[in-house]
Amino acid sequence: MSKQPFISVKDLSVGYNSRSGETIEVLRNVSLDINRGESIGLVGESGSGKSTLALAAMGYFKRGLRALSGSAHFDEIDVLALDRDELQKIRGGRLALIPQNSGQSLTPTMRIGQQINEALRLHSKVGASQFQSRVIELLAQVRLPDPTALITRYPHELSGGQQQRVAIAMALAGEPDALLLDEPTTGLDVTTQAHILELLRELAQERNMAMLYVSHDLGAISRVCDRVVVMYAGEIVLTGTARQVLLAPRHPYAHGLLKSIPRLNQTSLPLALDGRPPMPGEAINGCAFADRCALVDEKCRTTPPDLHPIPSGENVRCFKSDMIADMPALNRKTGQRNSARSDVDSAALGLESLAISYEKKDWLSSLLTPGAKPQPATVDAINIRIQRGETLGLVGESGSGKSTILKAIAGLISPKEGVLTLHDNIILTPRVEDRPAPTLRQIQLIFQNPDDSLNPRHTVAQILAQPLRLYYSLSGSALHDASVDLLERVRLGAHYLDRLPSQLSGGEKQRVAIARAFAAEPEIVLCDEVTSALDVSVQAAVLDLLDDLKTQQGTTYIFVSHDLAVVKAISDRVAVLYQGRLCEIGPADAVYEAPFHPYTDVLLGAVLEPDPDIAPNLSADDVVELSPPAQGCCFQRRCPRKLGEICDKETPPVRELANGHIICCHVPASDL
Amino acid sequence: MLLMLIRRVLLGLVTVCIVSLIIFAGVEILPGDACTQFLGEYQADDELLAQCRKDLDLNRPAIDRFAEWAGGAMAGDLGLAVDGKTKISSIVGDRLQNSLLLALCAMGIGVPLALMLGVITGLCRDRMPDLIASTLAIFAMTIPEFVSATLLILIFSIWLGWLPGIVLTSASAPAAEFFPEILLPVIVLSLVMCAHIMRMVRSSVIEVMAGDYIQMATLKGVPYWPMVFRHALPNALLPAINVVALTIAWLLGGVVVIEVVFNYPGLGRLMIDSISDRDLPVVQSIALIVASVYVCVNLAADLLTMLANPKLRTMYTRK
Repeated sequence: MSKQPFISVKDLSVGYNSRSGETIEVLRNVSLDINRGESIGLVGESGSGKSTLALAAMGYFKRGLRALSGSAHFDEIDVLALDRDELQKIRGGRLALIPQNSGQSLTPTMRIGQQINEALRLHSKVGASQFQSRVIELLAQVRLPDPTALITRYPHELSGGQQQRVAIAMALAGEPDALLLDEPTTGLDVTTQAHILELLRELAQERNMAMLYVSHDLGAISRVCDRVVVMYAGEIVLTGTARQVLLAPRHPYAHGLLKSIPRLNQTSLPLALDGRPPMPGEAINGCAFADRCALVDEKCRTTPPDLHPIPSGENVRCFKSDMIADMPALNRKTGQRNSARSDVDSAALGLESLAISYEKKDWLSSLLTPGAKPQPATVDAINIRIQRGETLGLVGESGSGKSTILKAIAGLISPKEGVLTLHDNIILTPRVEDRPAPTLRQIQLIFQNPDDSLNPRHTVAQILAQPLRLYYSLSGSALHDASVDLLERVRLGAHYLDRLPSQLSGGEKQRVAIARAFAAEPEIVLCDEVTSALDVSVQAAVLDLLDDLKTQQGTTYIFVSHDLAVVKAISDRVAVLYQGRLCEIGPADAVYEAPFHPYTDVLLGAVLEPDPDIAPNLSADDVVELSPPAQGCCFQRRCPRKLGEICDKETPPVRELANGHIICCHVPASDL
Repeated sequence: MLLMLIRRVLLGLVTVCIVSLIIFAGVEILPGDACTQFLGEYQADDELLAQCRKDLDLNRPAIDRFAEWAGGAMAGDLGLAVDGKTKISSIVGDRLQNSLLLALCAMGIGVPLALMLGVITGLCRDRMPDLIASTLAIFAMTIPEFVSATLLILIFSIWLGWLPGIVLTSASAPAAEFFPEILLPVIVLSLVMCAHIMRMVRSSVIEVMAGDYIQMATLKGVPYWPMVFRHALPNALLPAINVVALTIAWLLGGVVVIEVVFNYPGLGRLMIDSISDRDLPVVQSIALIVASVYVCVNLAADLLTMLANPKLRTMYTRK
């Protein structure tokens, strides 16, 4: 029997050579042990080195990176000493990786069957004649529907969840003893994520595998991991059991990270973790976290703390681990959030029987396929009135039409039917080109990914100048003053004016995008997944900023997100959408409590809380539907509460409960 | 799929129609006509001109004549040259064959060489083989064809005396007789097209090799060369199809400079000769042929891309 742990990383440092020739360390003296049957969660912000560590355990370094010192062993084999051929025998075989983004990690020109077949040929002991049946068996094992048909499909023909399952099947093909998972559920819908995690949990137990689970999502970690390792700026700052780390973290960074996660049972905004981690290569004299820590003192700034055991069993890199319990736990603005809501009944925006269809008909296709029935509209029968100063959250899985509705409001796509009204008296013309400037100014859109929405060749000053020139004809010093004022409102300083987007962090970029939207002094701001691309700690800060801006200016938000906890934290009212149809709408507190629409119930049941004691309640499968049903209830095919024919044939009634809480379901509200 | 095919073919036809209209109109609005040109050297008087126009049927409205010309062209009859005797289709036919021969030979050498070099330089990015080949490619692209052609003639036919420096075979000779005269023009053309395609393939290979699925294939344990051939190249070579098609169209469209330098009897030289002879019907016909070639080659390339790219293919076959 081996004395060494199954996977053992010792004092590993990884770095690269900068242009000036210095060696810059990305990982510093990291040690990590994983035994068979054990699953370890590796947590940290982007740039903390967690993926680098996981890949190093396979002897793999991204272009430019190399091991500077230390060792990495897998089953007593020194993976850093192996040559490429020997490494390739282990990789994908006994030691397999499940990648972050399977959509991009599966080769687009190879069929699913071929890709799994390749893994079998390289690593499996089964004979070539059995490959086909083994592929089907593997696909069935990860619970993919109709595996026989699936093997001839290409990756792009599968949904994100299915692609992730294929990646898991491919990893299982080599009959691995250890799995490395690099953010395997990031970017998936809540229901899909919950199902995939359950699958991984079962597989790990069944096969007694060692698992290293890399994620920034503490909810997912709490679901699958026994022990948790927290990384910060290339160092391990805290290790302990999942329960210890997630329920009573003994490092200020882990504490801040946990507090920045919005939770379903909280009504307030999460507590933001201010500042940013040091960049690789930045000089650190004392503790790397000192600049962001509330407990910091002189010693922290001058002496780097060691990773040392504490009496309760964890290993902590902090001098003050016994003082963490006294740190603030809630947002200082708790309870003030709703004060900005005006009680005057004046609508900011009205959507009346809005229907949107992406389908385009041209003369040739209608000539060649006569009598083809038009597809049901992507978004249909949406009636929502949004009050001034209100935040309306739109939630639903991908494909639920949330973003499509925002695009229609912004005038980027023309609705098929329905009317959009501003202030009850101005009818919004469908196309943004036809809208007069004053109307345009009043509606602004913030996109999900600031990397895509900010022009990489424009400085922050140029980005902010555009709306200021367009709507207010500012120039010269007035323009400069207005830009500085905007930056200060989004908590960035005037020195950001000359920077390019590439010189900003993710959170800073999104702040610039927010500043650009607010430059127009809009009444309505449409937020399309504005925090999805950000780290949780940054997300909390952006939510806090949006809330502040609203308090100051009485802005109306429409906030689209697939994250139910985020929506709950920021919204006054929440609308739940499925396949472009409204399922439920009402005050946030009412929507998140019984009675639920069956779909809301399914969504809430799949939310993963960063608490090992709360298990998700999975009541419906995670099949992805590509188009809404032609008639009846939109949720009929997945509904766990389906009554029967009535759900297939008839559009559900709009049942109004107290406080404008509406549920569209055939099941009476008293039973929901 | 069928729908898409019909749409693209229709679009191609429309393009050729519009081009033919533009060509016809362009010739029409030029000052003078076939008769002033033809009779110009005889100091023709008005009577002779009128007679000639009557003979050549030039008095009818332009739209009628266009319809007749277009109808004939569709049936393969391009009409008569300006001398009123020679059939254009027979002059152009020979020249088209010769241009095809030149293009095929250049493609046969240039395309495989370019793909191979592109892949090698892409895989060895920033290392010796890449630096050498990329530098040479820049030279091949930037030195004008007539300079490199002249240099090659100087080296291979004047100094070394290995290859004939000029083509003396007549336009209507069978293909085999063009050897070895055709070799130098083929080499020059291959150099230029090879450089373009190689640089494109190189950047495409670099982009694909940095992709997530290549990292995944490595971490799945696929050895290097199978990974390159199975995972990387099918994706990296897709964008090359269109560049190759553009190059082929350029080759078939008559490589005027090269044909003139080497005295090669192809379409390009016929074009130049006809322009200086003011033989407008021939110029018209060549322009029409070149336009059709461009449309056809691009259509073929688009179809090929669609067949080779699963994303496009399944878009039309599975719904």
